[in-house]
Amino acid sequence: MSALKLAQGASSHSAYDLRDPNAQIEERHILAVLVDNESGVLARVIGLFSGRGYNIDSLTVAETDHAGHRSRITIVTRGTPSVIEQIKAQLGRIVPVHQVNDLTVEGPFVERELGLFKVCGTGDKRVEALRIADIYRAKVVDSTLESFVFEITGAPEKLEAFADMMRPLGLCDLARTGVAALARGAAAPK
Amino acid sequence: MSRTMTGARMVVEALRDQGVDTVFGYPGGAVLPIYDEIFQQNDIQHILVRHEQGAVHMAEGYARSTGKPGVVLVTSGPGATNAVTGLTDALMDSIPIVVLSGQVPTFMVGTDAFQEADTVGITRPCTKHNWLVKETDELAATIHRAFHIATSGRPGPVLIDIPKDVQFAEGAYVGAEEVDNTRYQPTTKGDTDMIARLVELIERAERPILYTGGGIINSGPEASKRLVELADATGFPVTSTLMGLGSYPASGRAWLGMLGMHGLYEANMAMHGCDLMIALGARFDDRITGRIADFSPHSIKAHVDIDPSSINKVIRVELPIVGDVGEVLKEVLALWKSRGSRTNADAVGDWWGQIRRWQARDCLAYRPSASTIKPQYAMERLEALTRDRDRYVTTEVGQHQMWAAQFLHFDEPNRWMTSGGLGTMGYGLPASVGVQVAHPEALVINVAGDASWLMNMQEMGTAVQFRAPVKQFILNNERLGMVRQWQQLLHGERYSQSWSESLPDFVKLAEAFGCAGRQVSDPAELDDAIREMMDYDGPFILDVLVEKHENCLPMIPSGKPHNEMLLGDMEAAEDIGSAIQSDGAVLV
Repeated sequence: MSALKLAQGASSHSAYDLRDPNAQIEERHILAVLVDNESGVLARVIGLFSGRGYNIDSLTVAETDHAGHRSRITIVTRGTPSVIEQIKAQLGRIVPVHQVNDLTVEGPFVERELGLFKVCGTGDKRVEALRIADIYRAKVVDSTLESFVFEITGAPEKLEAFADMMRPLGLCDLARTGVAALARGAAAPK
Repeated sequence: MSRTMTGARMVVEALRDQGVDTVFGYPGGAVLPIYDEIFQQNDIQHILVRHEQGAVHMAEGYARSTGKPGVVLVTSGPGATNAVTGLTDALMDSIPIVVLSGQVPTFMVGTDAFQEADTVGITRPCTKHNWLVKETDELAATIHRAFHIATSGRPGPVLIDIPKDVQFAEGAYVGAEEVDNTRYQPTTKGDTDMIARLVELIERAERPILYTGGGIINSGPEASKRLVELADATGFPVTSTLMGLGSYPASGRAWLGMLGMHGLYEANMAMHGCDLMIALGARFDDRITGRIADFSPHSIKAHVDIDPSSINKVIRVELPIVGDVGEVLKEVLALWKSRGSRTNADAVGDWWGQIRRWQARDCLAYRPSASTIKPQYAMERLEALTRDRDRYVTTEVGQHQMWAAQFLHFDEPNRWMTSGGLGTMGYGLPASVGVQVAHPEALVINVAGDASWLMNMQEMGTAVQFRAPVKQFILNNERLGMVRQWQQLLHGERYSQSWSESLPDFVKLAEAFGCAGRQVSDPAELDDAIREMMDYDGPFILDVLVEKHENCLPMIPSGKPHNEMLLGDMEAAEDIGSAIQSDGAVLV
């Protein structure tokens, strides 16, 4: 064995210093990527994930600063700690990327997703759907005599649970936005 | 004081502003306005290539041998797609290249117009960054920004796609100094705390090694000087990757030779046995590491790299330092001096004793022959007869490349140009032309294999046209030598498609191109042939007929660790066909 020893301990350089770098367990991470809103920037980010074999669970993109031409890409990804670290480093290399924040490790955060659920049916099932939607605080945004479209906001698990409830009641179509997330508290990117 | 001019003129103006003296290119419909501007000026010389892939490799040779970015001009569609291999090569090896491509006019983009291709789409994964310029007003700033991005941080290729109407339209020119580049400023200065910890480790290390790579060459000649200074100050042994050869002088006391799959036994054994590995501008490529699980198992590893994504990508290191390797070395040396540091000289002395024993193994030994030219012998003679000259060497890819890396010695950076990461056959001939254009008086040799050389042989026309007296030193074994070697190792000597049938007569080919050539097969005539090649006033093809089934050794068989190398004299004793086991067979 080596006679050399390196002082161990936490450092400000990497949040992973305290974790087992060799862990093989896949973790879910939410990355917030601030980019210049220029042509092709989304293709660069997505191309990085497909080209290097990383996973995307969900992806949301929109311009968040018109004057500064900045967009925020929120990516939910999955990987072992070393893969997540590599994803962040690779994202940081893309020229129009300003900042990469790993919300999952940087502190408490809120995540929300919006879903639209179309439930088709008549009679008792229709009434039951409306009742459950109320429990989930879903809003009716469209209705016909044989359908509702519910709008629901929450963490992805809540949307999953809502979908499970609605499936036997005639869920016939749904759209989800993917996760948007922000760090809690006053912290904000530079 | 903005000046109004056409986009085409802007291109030439911006290149001039950037200090560009040479452009490698090939005209076509979508770049005609730019070629018209090139016709009307004399500051920038244009080297007309024979194929756009050749243009990019020439630009790589130019860049690698000068430290300046290489510039390429190609047309739309096939012009751009032909550049893709070169772009990928430059991306893998971190070579600064600026490619300007023509595009169909903006109003025809998306209509499947003649010679239209989605160039920015195709080149997005093989450039560091690329742009489609839609407004002439944006063109000059984009070109200046492109040079900044290509050359700063970890260098790499960039591409600017310029539709033809943007070239014709008028816009405001902005000079290089007016462009704000503050947005892209990669970290160059290493973390002080980490550097201090590295210096402490250097003081205490018993079995250290400096593992250097192409990053030192990219950082500039100062980085090489500081590496020598560090090696002198510490007495630590130095090894290098294929891309880093020349960053530490091969004649230096601390030099162990190249490491890796076909690296030297002593270098690999030292990597395996060290207790402190200092990686400087090297990226733990799979050609270097061998089996990851057994890579240098007892060492603390420090890794200095300008690209954060290179750190912990393959091998976890205890001491990551993000920064320019030249800057970091400067800090390390400054701290070393101010602390009055000393190494653990006794232990390092013992370590050198061990290394000397490994060196005594003489891993590059080969069976000489009086009747056939051994490729290793050809390399030894080439080295002996050219090393005192102002020499630059390029290579193609394969066995000859590894032999060149083993047997040729470089005492300075920027003297060795080879396709490392991508392994592009066909790189060497155009690269040699690019080097020669940058260094007209130098001796530029492309060490080639017969198969690789044919891949871009059309560029001999460029060499002849521009009087670039490049020397093509072809180790001709009538085989795809490295493929054949792997088939012997791995596929029961079934040599599927790995021999070169119907090779051209290289001497007649030289004559057909308007230069000279010679074939040599007798070892006794080799020196004379090499001298004739060097003395000839113009491009020259030396067709060296070598031993056909020579294996390139030593070798770390794929899937094996550093300390299980296959050595030359084991080849006969061992069944070479069983050197690679099933878990290694899947690797390349």
